[in-house]
Amino acid sequence: MAMSPRKRARLSRGIQYVVLVVLVLVAIALMDWGRIQEQFFNLDSARTMWPDVILIALKNTIIYTACGFGFGLLLGLVLALMRLSSVGPYRWLSTGFIEFFRGVPALVVFIALDIGISLAFPGYAVPGDKLGIATLALGLVGGAYMAETIRAGIQAVPKGQMEAARSLGMSHTRAMISIVIPQAFRIILPPLTNELILLTKDSSLVYVLGYTSAQVELTAFGRETLNQERNLTPLVAIALCYLLITIPLSIVVRRMEARSGRAR
Amino acid sequence: MTAPKVDPEAPAIEIRDLHKAFGDNEVLSGIDLEVGQGDVVCVIGPSGSGKSTLLRCVNLLEEPSSGDVFVEGIQVTDPDVDVDAVRSRIGMVFQQFNLFPHLSVLRNLTIAQQRVKKRDKSECEGIARANLDKVGLSDKADAYPAHLSGGQQQRVAIARALSMEPDMMLFDEVTSALDPELVGDVLAVMKQLANEGMTMMVVTHEMGFAREVGDDLVFMDGGVIVEQGNPRDVLGDPQHERTKAFLSKVL
Repeated sequence: MAMSPRKRARLSRGIQYVVLVVLVLVAIALMDWGRIQEQFFNLDSARTMWPDVILIALKNTIIYTACGFGFGLLLGLVLALMRLSSVGPYRWLSTGFIEFFRGVPALVVFIALDIGISLAFPGYAVPGDKLGIATLALGLVGGAYMAETIRAGIQAVPKGQMEAARSLGMSHTRAMISIVIPQAFRIILPPLTNELILLTKDSSLVYVLGYTSAQVELTAFGRETLNQERNLTPLVAIALCYLLITIPLSIVVRRMEARSGRAR
Repeated sequence: MTAPKVDPEAPAIEIRDLHKAFGDNEVLSGIDLEVGQGDVVCVIGPSGSGKSTLLRCVNLLEEPSSGDVFVEGIQVTDPDVDVDAVRSRIGMVFQQFNLFPHLSVLRNLTIAQQRVKKRDKSECEGIARANLDKVGLSDKADAYPAHLSGGQQQRVAIARALSMEPDMMLFDEVTSALDPELVGDVLAVMKQLANEGMTMMVVTHEMGFAREVGDDLVFMDGGVIVEQGNPRDVLGDPQHERTKAFLSKVL
């Protein structure tokens, strides 16, 4: 029996659905649902975490991330402008810095700033305690990544924009601040948000610094509660907390992109 | 930094033995040109003849390789001169409009007034709205550039330059990127400016505009001025072979 291509495509799609449904049914039948609920969605464990998971752990994660991102953005902008400088040594310095901090694991930077600094310079410590170290470490690593993004954004602004601004009598610096950099940031908003999402997750490294119960962030909190409760519910809870940060970020960016798409 | 005085008696623009090379490629090979106050000088020539580069040397968007440029008696090629101050007296309009896409039309017209001329907000907006009115776009103050047609964008660009209240205007092939039916609106605005006595240096392919509005016509080829004179004479009775060859192709 000869089948037309269109009929064959329909049949193939039908088979794919059937296979999917069978797999799901088998999975449901084989799962130990009672155990899954007890281990992953244990309400008693959830109750012991509430409300500290939000009021302390999530809050601290947001603070560490925001401070690291803020410092990183500033550093990234400076590094990007140095990369574009007409003065050679600034370019080399910036390139070296970027390559170094992009290549070294964030964890190493954390350890170096925490233990390394106090060993190398006895009596000296990074100011601002854990938050100071976290800001510095996350900012150094994030800044190195963001520098390349920002540089690409600045270079993506058409040359005519700078020329038009200069022809109106603006200085190079003024034209950068008022005309070029705002447009560059519009262009790089999506990659910059990815950077923020990555940094949110990197903030979990703060736990190698040690912490008090008031300084605990999501990952450390989850791990500690996991040890107490002997089930996986705390990890599910902190995973949801991370998503609570990252998903709205994606939505905000999509909105902003749509708006700047209209304005361009 | 010296603060030389504008000389009201001097020509608006004076160019002496101007050379410009990009690497080994010499684009301008000794240009002498004078633009009197209130004059409209049109510059024509084949592409690659250096006419846009010449224009861009006047406000130093290109750094001349040698030679001198004087604007209102001030030697702008002097390394000590405040280029930004000179540029704020020279309006420039580009082929690709170069409006600031992240700013509204009104903000496009006020930002340099506010940042460079240090005018307060209401004064800036008053001047900006008057200039929008002049180019016939007073209803577009709150629009963004992307929502305007090419012809409207170019008129906004003219209004933006005028809002700095410049003493002269440079036009760099301002109708070349426009759809043919939009060219007329832009030329009308330029003609009105000329009639008001604005000093203008216009690089253009619009021979009709050059003939009707220009006081002086410059034909450039190969980085030199080949022929210069009254537009009607040059267009009607060209003296040089190269001018004849060029005009026979475009007229």
